[in-house]
Order: sequence, then C-alpha cells, then structure tokens
Amino acid sequence: MLNVPTLAQMKASGDAPDVLFWVGCAGSFDDRAKKITKAFAKLLEKAGIKYAVLGTEESCTGDPAKRAGNEFLFQMQAFGNIQTLNAYEVKDIVTTCPHCFNTLKNEYPELGGNYTVKHHSQYLQELLNEGKLSIEGGAFKGKKITFHDPCYLGRANGVYEAPRALIEKLDSEMVELKRSRANGLCCGAGGAQMFKEAEKGEKEINIERTEEALQANPDIIAAGCPFCNTMLTDGVKHFEKESKVKVYDLAELVAKAEDLI
Amino acid sequence: MIQQILFCIALGIAIFIFSKNLKFIIRNIKLGKDLDVSDRKPERITTMLKVAFGQTKMAARPIPAILHFIVYAGFMIINIEVLEILIDGIFGTHRVLSFLGPVYDFAIGFFEVLALLVLVSCVVFLVRRNVLRIKRFFGREMTSWPKADANYILIIEVVLMTALLKMNAADYLLQQMDADHYVKAGSFPISKALFVPFFEGFSAETLMLIERVGWWFHILGILAFLNYLPFSKHFHIIMAFPNTYFSNLDAKGRFTNMPEVKKEVELMMDPTADPFAVPAPDTNAEPTRFGAKDVTDLNWRQLMNAYTCTECGRCTSECPANQTGKLLSPRAIMMATRDRLDEVGKNIDKHGEKHDDGKALLRDYISEEELWACTSCNACVEACPVNIDPLSIIMDLRRYLVLEESKAPQELNMMSTNIENNGAPWQFSQADRLKWAQES
Ligand code: SF4
Ligand code: SF4
Repeated sequence: MLNVPTLAQMKASGDAPDVLFWVGCAGSFDDRAKKITKAFAKLLEKAGIKYAVLGTEESCTGDPAKRAGNEFLFQMQAFGNIQTLNAYEVKDIVTTCPHCFNTLKNEYPELGGNYTVKHHSQYLQELLNEGKLSIEGGAFKGKKITFHDPCYLGRANGVYEAPRALIEKLDSEMVELKRSRANGLCCGAGGAQMFKEAEKGEKEINIERTEEALQANPDIIAAGCPFCNTMLTDGVKHFEKESKVKVYDLAELVAKAEDLI
Repeated sequence: MIQQILFCIALGIAIFIFSKNLKFIIRNIKLGKDLDVSDRKPERITTMLKVAFGQTKMAARPIPAILHFIVYAGFMIINIEVLEILIDGIFGTHRVLSFLGPVYDFAIGFFEVLALLVLVSCVVFLVRRNVLRIKRFFGREMTSWPKADANYILIIEVVLMTALLKMNAADYLLQQMDADHYVKAGSFPISKALFVPFFEGFSAETLMLIERVGWWFHILGILAFLNYLPFSKHFHIIMAFPNTYFSNLDAKGRFTNMPEVKKEVELMMDPTADPFAVPAPDTNAEPTRFGAKDVTDLNWRQLMNAYTCTECGRCTSECPANQTGKLLSPRAIMMATRDRLDEVGKNIDKHGEKHDDGKALLRDYISEEELWACTSCNACVEACPVNIDPLSIIMDLRRYLVLEESKAPQELNMMSTNIENNGAPWQFSQADRLKWAQES
C-alpha cells in the first residue's frame, strides 16, 4: 500500500510539500486511470519528492463543464478549488491529466489562482535530468513505442518534447504517427465528448485514431492523458489487438522501467 | 484626352464603390462585442509578418504553398506596374517611369516572368479544383457560389495576366516601328516569345488597338477585381493582415472566463455580499445574454475572422469530427457567420438598427448537432493559414445553449449534476477520492 500524504495532514504537522500532486477525477475514480495515479505516486516516492495530494478536498477543475458550455459551473468549481489551494498556499502543482493541467495553468490565474503547473511528463523529465530518477535495465529494449499527442498537452499548450524525451530514455524504438505533434489527431474524448455519445457520423474518432496508431505497428501505444488512454484502449479492443498492443501512460512506462509496477 | 477622362471616371467610380463596400464591412465587424487586443504590439507585428506576409502556416502543404506564394508575390509585385498605369491613365502619358532606364527594362522583364508564373499557377489551381477535384474543395458548405467564386478569381487572374502580356507584345512591336508616343523602353522576354509571332505583320493601327485594348482590359480588370473582393473569399488578401495582427497570442487551450459569469459567481460565493444590495439596475443597459445566439453576440474579432476566411478547408480537413463523417465543419461555421453577418448588415441598412428578422446564427445557420460534435481539439485553429479561430464561435454558441436555454445533451446535464453534487463528472462520492491510495 502506498503512503500518500494529504495537504491537510502535512499542515497539521506544520509541514508543507514541495509539490502538490493534482490527481484529477479520472485519476481518482476511473479504474484504468487509477493505475496511472499509483504509478506516478510511486515514482514521486522513489525520487524522494516531498509531495502531497488534496484527497477529499480535491474537486473537479471544471474543465468538462466549461468545454460543455457550462461556464457557470466551471467558475463555481474554480472558485472553490482556488480557495482551497490558496488557503494551503500551494505554489507548485503537477498533474497526470492534460485537461487539469490546461485549466489550472491557463484559466485559473485570471480567477485568482496563480500556480506553477506541470504535466507529469515535464516533471518526470526534470526528475530524470536532475538524476533523481534514472532509468536502468532494458525493460523496453527493442520495443516499438509510438506516442499519441493529447490535444490539451500538445496543440493547446505546445508541450511536444517532454513525452518524447521520456520515451527515448527507455531505450526503445520510437515511431511517430502519421499525424503527430501539432497535426496530431484527437482521440475523440475532448470537449466533454467523453461524457456523451458521439453525434451521428460514419465512424468513431477513437477508431480512426487507433487505426492509424496500429498502422505504425507498435508494441506499445504511449498516452499522456487518462481520457486518451481509455479511448485508445477501447480502440485496440475494437481491433482485437489487446494481446499484442498495449496502451500505457508515460508514467506507467517509466515506473515499469524502474521496476516499480 | 477622351481616354484620360474616361479613365478618371472609371477610377472614381471604382474607388467610390469600393469604399462603400468597405464601410459596410467595417460597420458590420463593429457590430461585434468589445474585445481589448491593444497589448503586445511587437509580438502582434511579428505574428502578422510571419503568418500573413510570410505565409508560414501554408508550409504544411508544400505544393499549394509554393503555387500560392507565386500568385501572391507575383500579384503584389506586378501591381507596382499599376502605379505607372494609373499615372499614364490620368495624365495621358505612356510608360512614364521609363526614364529609370535599365532599372525599368529589368523591372518590366521581371514582371513578365512573374506574370507567366502567376498564369501557370492559376491554371494548376484550376486543374486541382476542377479536374483533380481535391477533397478539401468539396463538402456540404461548398455550394455553387463558393465554388464559382474560387474559379472566377482564378479565371480573372489568367485573363489579367494574358492582357498584360498581349499589351506588352503590341507595345514592343510599336516601339520597333518607331510609332509616335511609344517610347523605347522595357524588356519583353515572355510576351516576345508568346505573342509577338502572332502579331507580326500587323499594321500600326491594329497594334495600337491591341495595345489599347490590353491596357484598358488590364486596368479595368483590376478595378473590377477590387470591387469583387468584398463579396468574395478573396477578401483575405486584405483581411489576412489585420486578422493575424489581432489574433490570439495565448495558449490555444486557454478559453475565456466569461466576465459576466464571474460577477455572478463572486456575488454568490462571497459571504459578505448582500444579495439585495445589488446596485439599481441600469434601465438603459441591454440585458446581457450569456454566450452567443446571433452574430451580434460574438466579439468583433470573431466577426473579422468570418470576413477573412478563404474557404480553403484546411480546418475542416483536419477536424476529427468532420473526418469521421459528423455534420460539423469548422469552415461551414465561418461561412455561416459571414453569411449571417451580411444579412444582419443588410437588414440594418434597409430597416434600421432595431429590426428583428426573427432569424439567428444559431439554428437558422448553425445546428445544435454541429456544435455538439466538436471535441475542442484546436486542430482547426492550428490548421488555419490566417489564424482564424472557429472553435471560439462554437464555444460561445454552446454557452448560449447551456446557460440560456439549458439545452445540453442529456448525458452532459447528468455530468454537470455530478460535478455539482460530488465534484466529479461521474457518480462517485467526493469522500472516496483518496480510495485509490488504499487499493494495491
Ligand atoms: S476544435 Fe472542434 S471544430 Fe475544430 S477541429 Fe477540433 S473538433 Fe473540429
Ligand atoms: S477558417 Fe481558415 S482554414 Fe478554415 S477555411 Fe477559413 S481560412 Fe481556411
């Protein structure tokens, strides 16, 4: 079992963390995403980072509400979260969800929440560069890994290099998808689509994307977002390729290389 | 003399109509809501130089990028010659700039080469549209007018360039004949090769006629073209500059926080605020509408975007929803906005400011089905060569649907209820948020 400190506990003992791990709704509740959360927590622990989570004091950033047009609910959520974060005097945040990342980083400041926010790919890259983590062993040697750029990490925030740097460190073979980086194709989950049926059309977006990913013939499809992860995992199942092709989050890949999971 | 008078009349009429149309468009853009983009001037200028002038975003598709650059640069440079044509036309001179000597000779020769390149590029463009039928140029919103518009422009360019070359060929022969008025100036590498052989042996009168017809055709063509612009997707040759200058410089993922909502939320959340102490409502103020139902609810930048759209379809061809057969097409969003804005503008001119035609952008032009297909992925924004943002319009229309009409798809209403009650889009209790740490 993991020992995950909460901000409340830390504060009670007069302590404060170096960084707040913003887990997000998917990371807290979705069975697949919880594995990503645990992998990342283990990495933080291994790197000796003094981190904390909000636990039951965390609430949805409001991203899906905002993209669904419900600005009112979004700002209510933001208001509540900012109150909590500011009360704890949080300065640095790391999150495994690009949607939380984008909202906290870009939309909260105007509402009174100013933090340094990092996506876990950026954070892990820093830990590796600083030598706090080092990838040894060749768990992925010779494996073909491709990366699906999450819209809210890539196009929305211009983060393209950190995920690739991580994959490169794994000593694996990185293959780019036809549509990658700024041209990356959405997985279909953004804009609150995750929570509704798609409008009528000829095809599901995640099938289109997975088809393209499978054409690259990878052993592993790497994702950096819990929603992309779900979409691609479903896509791989649709093509009945789940025994051959695995969908992993970047945190899971690094944690596997570290023999943590 | 008579030619001079005719020319001045034509020029006057052209400028008059153009400024009238321009005023119509500027007025329409100003119907949009305020938006302050007076910040970061140096960054804005760089963006404009790169994206509009340097056409950097075209590079994603190299073949049309090169052809487009030829037509664009060729057109701009050849238009230097229009300056001379204007002076000649007004004062009855001929090749007034020829005193520049070798520089002039070089320039005219260079213009001829460019004219040929433009001509060839336009023919290739016509082939791409009409013979190769590239997918991007088709689609639901590409009805007969937008298709014809694109072809007209290309055909006009071909005709203009041909007129220019013909005129030069005749001029060259007249110069050889030492005809009166025709100063020996310029070099004519292309027209000599293409047209002179056909004109050989023509009398001076015939040649003069050809030269004059070519000259008039060229300049009238340009004046007509100028006045065609405001009705055409070709307006982008002007609009691309302000549009990129004023375009969003922030992270694409950052959506606006609606200030009118912020006010209400602050009032609700602030325990010290007295809900009854709301300042007396300003009776003159129009009630604020949350989100956008019609074009006048959008901001002026979004309306400027609509007049800038080149209908190239790069956005739509990258849109995940469109690629998987959904009704949504970001190009259609922009075209609908422009069409509706034109309609609203015409209504105001006809019936005055307050006229309500009972129509709106939402539903009459853009359906709910289109709006709910968007994943907010920003691919359209990224793809647009002139920095148009169709996504912001989609979002504002969604906001209206949800905040004013409570018309979200049922599943999204459930999601909202969950967020409201448990702080998560699913039905899990907030008290269980840390359970993952206990599970191995
Ligand atoms: S943001 Fe919406 S309209 Fe634009 S490309 Fe993505 S899905 Fe299509
Ligand atoms: S919005 Fe931009 S990319 Fe889309 S059709 Fe118009 S100009 Fe082209």
